[in-house]
Amino acid sequence: MAFHQIDALYHKVILEHSTQPRNTAVLSTFHVETNGLNPFCGDETHIQILLDSRERVDKIGVQTNGCRINKASGSMLAEAIVGKSVSEIENLSVLFKRFIKSDLLLPHDVQVLGNLQNMEGVKNAPIRMKCVLLAWSTLDDGICGYRNP
Amino acid sequence: MFDTEKVRQDFPILSRKVYDLPLIYLDNAATSQKPRSVIQSLTSYYEEYNSNVHRGVHSLSMEATDQYEDARKKVAQFIGAEEPESIVWTRNTTESINLVAKTWAQRNINAGDEIVVSQIEHHSNLVPWQRVAKQKNATLRFIPMANDGSIEMDVADSIISERCKLLAIVQTSNSLGTIHPVKELALRASSVGAKVLIDGAQSVPHMPVDVTDLNCDFLAFSGHKMLGPTGIGVLYAKRDVLEQMEPFLTGGEMVLQVSYQDATWNELPMRFEAGTPNIADAIALGAAVDYLSSLGMENVRIHETQLTQYALEQFKTIEDLDVFGPTDPTKRGGIVSFHSNDVHPHDLGTLLDRQGIAIRTGHHCTMPLMTKLGLPATARASFYIYNTEAEIDLLVDGVKSGLRYFNDGVPSN
Repeated sequence: MAFHQIDALYHKVILEHSTQPRNTAVLSTFHVETNGLNPFCGDETHIQILLDSRERVDKIGVQTNGCRINKASGSMLAEAIVGKSVSEIENLSVLFKRFIKSDLLLPHDVQVLGNLQNMEGVKNAPIRMKCVLLAWSTLDDGICGYRNP
Repeated sequence: MFDTEKVRQDFPILSRKVYDLPLIYLDNAATSQKPRSVIQSLTSYYEEYNSNVHRGVHSLSMEATDQYEDARKKVAQFIGAEEPESIVWTRNTTESINLVAKTWAQRNINAGDEIVVSQIEHHSNLVPWQRVAKQKNATLRFIPMANDGSIEMDVADSIISERCKLLAIVQTSNSLGTIHPVKELALRASSVGAKVLIDGAQSVPHMPVDVTDLNCDFLAFSGHKMLGPTGIGVLYAKRDVLEQMEPFLTGGEMVLQVSYQDATWNELPMRFEAGTPNIADAIALGAAVDYLSSLGMENVRIHETQLTQYALEQFKTIEDLDVFGPTDPTKRGGIVSFHSNDVHPHDLGTLLDRQGIAIRTGHHCTMPLMTKLGLPATARASFYIYNTEAEIDLLVDGVKSGLRYFNDGVPSN
């Protein structure tokens, strides 16, 4: 039995990130710490970010529980924001949400997304939107808390 | 027994495809599919005699009223109620239970009283009682369950004490499939002077339920889970209990006389049916009752028990999968929840969907139960009159393929 268009949703990059997520170590020091939960399915995300002196991401720790999409999203988020400034993270989050909701993006903005484009298959599975966005909404909360202590 | 293949022909939706594959609908605990006769009932109503009920003196109104009240009589007979005045139309099980919580409970539950529920209640039979307990300074107590959802009667007996004013209990669990011994529980509750409310959402559609035999004071159930349309539900209540209850919603239809300062209430059951009712859907629920009665509810139960037994046997061939609920199919409804530690229910549910198989994943509106089981969610297959063993074979193969996809990264052929 072949699953209809399943490889578009569970792209091999997503499967790889969900099986071997990156940047999962818990940080002992951090500038941002935030939790996210989707009570409807039990997906959880915990994010910690340590910034360097120029307010760029020096270290990030993301731990997730739940479905593969959530796990992959957390891992790919972590990979995407290492080295980025807080402003760049905020911009990336907006771009990713617009991308996943099928807004039209300029070619330059699509390039900024990089590996995150592999999440494209979720666009055709709206019911899984919350799974992919949990990490990003959790990140948004964390950055907001950092900006407004 | 009925001929399942013949039954399937009565359901137009069963011939549709999903991703070019035959639909295998195994989400009946969420909602059931509709036979042509129910769909036709809705069309006939709107094409031939749509009219507001009770007050009109023209022919269409009289026809609509006859059909509407006829449906009420059918439902009363279906559940063994002595009179149709005991049948109140609501939107669904949730609204039926809320009606009791907001009327009967507000007057009859006081500080120090106890409301007893089980640990596997659906949110609709838990949250309203949490609210009543907080409002009235009463205590909410829980009959504990074993891991398969069954309860021990001697433990239940000790929890249903003289302080208990209401036992609110589900008959068939929508999460685990467990069938509670509600008749015995009702006997215990009434022996201490408590009233009994049964959540019949998953039982009334699937087995013979007789309110006189159960001796319950209230029974709540939904039309859409028993071949009827969405938006129509039933609250059964004993007549003498209903007589003492204040109205739920007020306005038109539920009044007898109204002055600028005051109003008197209509007779039963209209006192609890304010405004223009859901006429078309009540009549269509009557058509659903006709269809189920033609099959015989004993036969419906036999069919589902056989399917469940087959499913439980076949599920044993799936490695590393936990299956919940009683192992004895006679002690459970046609609901099978399962969970893999390796593959989240949502991922498994998605893989099954891509094979044309519809199941439900999530907490099934039983979050406290999921917490007790230590799980965020389960996958759930639920059966009805039109499901077959062949479909269960495809479900089991589909689960195996799904697990292989994630564990090995290769779809199975």
